[in-house]
Amino acid sequence: MKKEEEISNKARRDFLKTTAIATIAATACGSLACSCSSKKANVGEKVKLLSPDGEIVEIDSSYLNHQEHMAIVSKLEAREGIAGKKFVMVVDLSRCKNARKCVAACQKWHYRTEDKEWLTVKLMKDSEEGAPYWFPKQCFHCDNPPCVKVCPVDATFKRQDGLVLIDNERCIGCKFCMAACPYSTRVFNWSEPELPFDIKHQQYSPETGIPGKVGTVEKCDFCPDRSREGLLPPCVEACPNGVFYFGDENEDTVSNGDETVSFSQLIKDRAAYRFQEELGTKPRVYYLPPKDRQFPVERGYENLPDNLKERFKDVMEESNLLEKK
Amino acid sequence: MELNKYQQELFDHQRPVIEKYDRRAWGWSIFYLLWIGLGGYALYLQVIKGHKITGMRDNVVWGLYIANFIFFIGISYAGAVISGILHILKVEWRKPIIRIAEMITVISTIIGPIFILLCIGRLDRLHHLFLYPRLQSPITWDVLAILTYFAGSVIFLYLALIKDFAIYRDANLKVPKWKQKMYKILAIGYKGTPSQKRHISISMNLMAIMIVPLAIIVHSVLSWIFGMTLRPGWHSTIFGPYFVLAAIYSGTGVLIMAMWVYRKMYKLNSYLQDKHFIYLGYIMMILGAAYGYFTFSEYLTGWYGSEKWDSEVIGKLFNPAEYGWWFLFANVAGIILPILIVAIPKTRTPNLIAIASFFMVLALWVKRYLIIVPTLESPLLPMQDTRPEFVKYSATWVEWALTFAGIATFFLFFTIMSKFVTIIPISEFADKEKKSEPVPEIQKEIATE
Repeated sequence: MKKEEEISNKARRDFLKTTAIATIAATACGSLACSCSSKKANVGEKVKLLSPDGEIVEIDSSYLNHQEHMAIVSKLEAREGIAGKKFVMVVDLSRCKNARKCVAACQKWHYRTEDKEWLTVKLMKDSEEGAPYWFPKQCFHCDNPPCVKVCPVDATFKRQDGLVLIDNERCIGCKFCMAACPYSTRVFNWSEPELPFDIKHQQYSPETGIPGKVGTVEKCDFCPDRSREGLLPPCVEACPNGVFYFGDENEDTVSNGDETVSFSQLIKDRAAYRFQEELGTKPRVYYLPPKDRQFPVERGYENLPDNLKERFKDVMEESNLLEKK
Repeated sequence: MELNKYQQELFDHQRPVIEKYDRRAWGWSIFYLLWIGLGGYALYLQVIKGHKITGMRDNVVWGLYIANFIFFIGISYAGAVISGILHILKVEWRKPIIRIAEMITVISTIIGPIFILLCIGRLDRLHHLFLYPRLQSPITWDVLAILTYFAGSVIFLYLALIKDFAIYRDANLKVPKWKQKMYKILAIGYKGTPSQKRHISISMNLMAIMIVPLAIIVHSVLSWIFGMTLRPGWHSTIFGPYFVLAAIYSGTGVLIMAMWVYRKMYKLNSYLQDKHFIYLGYIMMILGAAYGYFTFSEYLTGWYGSEKWDSEVIGKLFNPAEYGWWFLFANVAGIILPILIVAIPKTRTPNLIAIASFFMVLALWVKRYLIIVPTLESPLLPMQDTRPEFVKYSATWVEWALTFAGIATFFLFFTIMSKFVTIIPISEFADKEKKSEPVPEIQKEIATE
């Protein structure tokens, strides 16, 4: 028992260590990339960094330039995945109040317009008398993915770290994967996506999913580019209530940004389930049932803009949760 | 090539048709070309602006195009199965109708796949299907199956044409030089020697035997594009045979319609006789009953079991506010009408059988639409979308224009083909076949009525 604990402790330390190194390395690369090209006014704040030669250098923080979405891996690496990892997500339904910060963060990070959500929040109601609850849904990155099976050109693939990604330079746009996915996860670029100029001409990587291309399919990718930098996906970070836990099943750790907990313990203690287990798709996303909820469901409805209210109106009315005018 | 008396008579009857691309043919061809032009413009817009200008969206990712695809591959069964099976069974009355049947097969096998291409977002990457093929995908099965099937149908049609090409070559037709030359090339030196005859006969038998399983594979694989998914209304074990049966059925209908049109247009009454309509009518009736049985058992099990997702789709099909009327039409015109028309002796006439075929074919097109759209409109997770076009599919003018362009292409190819070869094969026509075959007693009764 004790030994087991030791192992898991070690694993956790390793995780933190690699995370820290990755962060420093990435920032250093970023800073070096910009330090020679641009002249900026010093702000006086010094930052210590590890240089590529292994020395610790101190530079002015104004030289730090966070490079978002660096295409840091080759296409081949992007197909293979991060060795030794097995990404997993746990969504705590009892904490969600449809604040929609996750959606906003996802849209921003992936440069998505409002109408194309990779992450959506549904208002679920399991039975006639059942209470409705908010249900955030990303891609489930299934272990038996129906979408990957049907792809005729290997444009969507399953990686060794559990992620299901899309290569939109390979995709022919037949939309078979969209018909095959039972969870309506995938979205199609029905027209040329609107993107800022520099993003549009950035080098594409299946790990970042940008820039999007007309006539191809895309979806939530669990942000492996951020995992490589030791960061949590933006949806996890943005959630004010710590609904999403993201981590590595091999290390048995998941974190929602505030706390890092044991994955197996969490799903055991809270009776986690996977959505529509009976379909046999083996999702990598677990849900904690909406028991002992922190917020009444109306809290997620009242302050929504009208167009969003419209989405959930039927369910709210059905549950007699709308004030009668 | 020596022609016997009856062959000569038949050839002389059809001679003017292939000698001159007359005014009527030109008129129709231009009419079809106008439709194809409109379709071309629609396709141009679709390529330039993206699929946004179609009615398809994230929930309903497939629409009219895929329905047309299934429909055209379906009617291609006219030649493959009807003429293939009749050939294997050595049914003598097949001879005047096989050419029409096999032309339907080849032409619709060209048009069908075009519709699947229209549905693809990146036509510029089509070569990826061959560069990075994945055998696990039903689409790859489809590509392989349809290409093989197309090659098989072309060979089957061509084998039956070689003898006729030799006849055209030797007949001093009043046709332009290039056409004369093409007949010569296509006849590949056929002179009617016993060994040549034997080779063609063996090849024909082999192709007839091969084309039937090939055709069955093609439509099964096609149905599995739907059957392999986890969608209510699609994930069904009987989809393979159900699709195959529906395909043969609609193929028979189109064959009857084509025969009717040609009989009227070129006054071929003594060759495309009433008995051909009646025999094909019997085949259509039997297929209709089998198709009805499949339809009944498919929806009965879904309705009786009343699983949540199945009931949702079936509920839409039964609900007059959604697809109820269309579903009713698909079953009345697609099953009951043809059976009744053929079953009742009074209505068993070529004209009425042709009309029943027309409605049946239309109903089967509607059925394909009803297989695709209501299922896609019933995802497992609630849609909760405020954009009407994402919730409910309705085809735009672009999709309709391309649909009609597809139908026009079918007619255009048919018109061109019928000006190049005789609609009724001449070489197959031996002495005894004309009017000599005794009509069964029951037929005589009908004829006198």
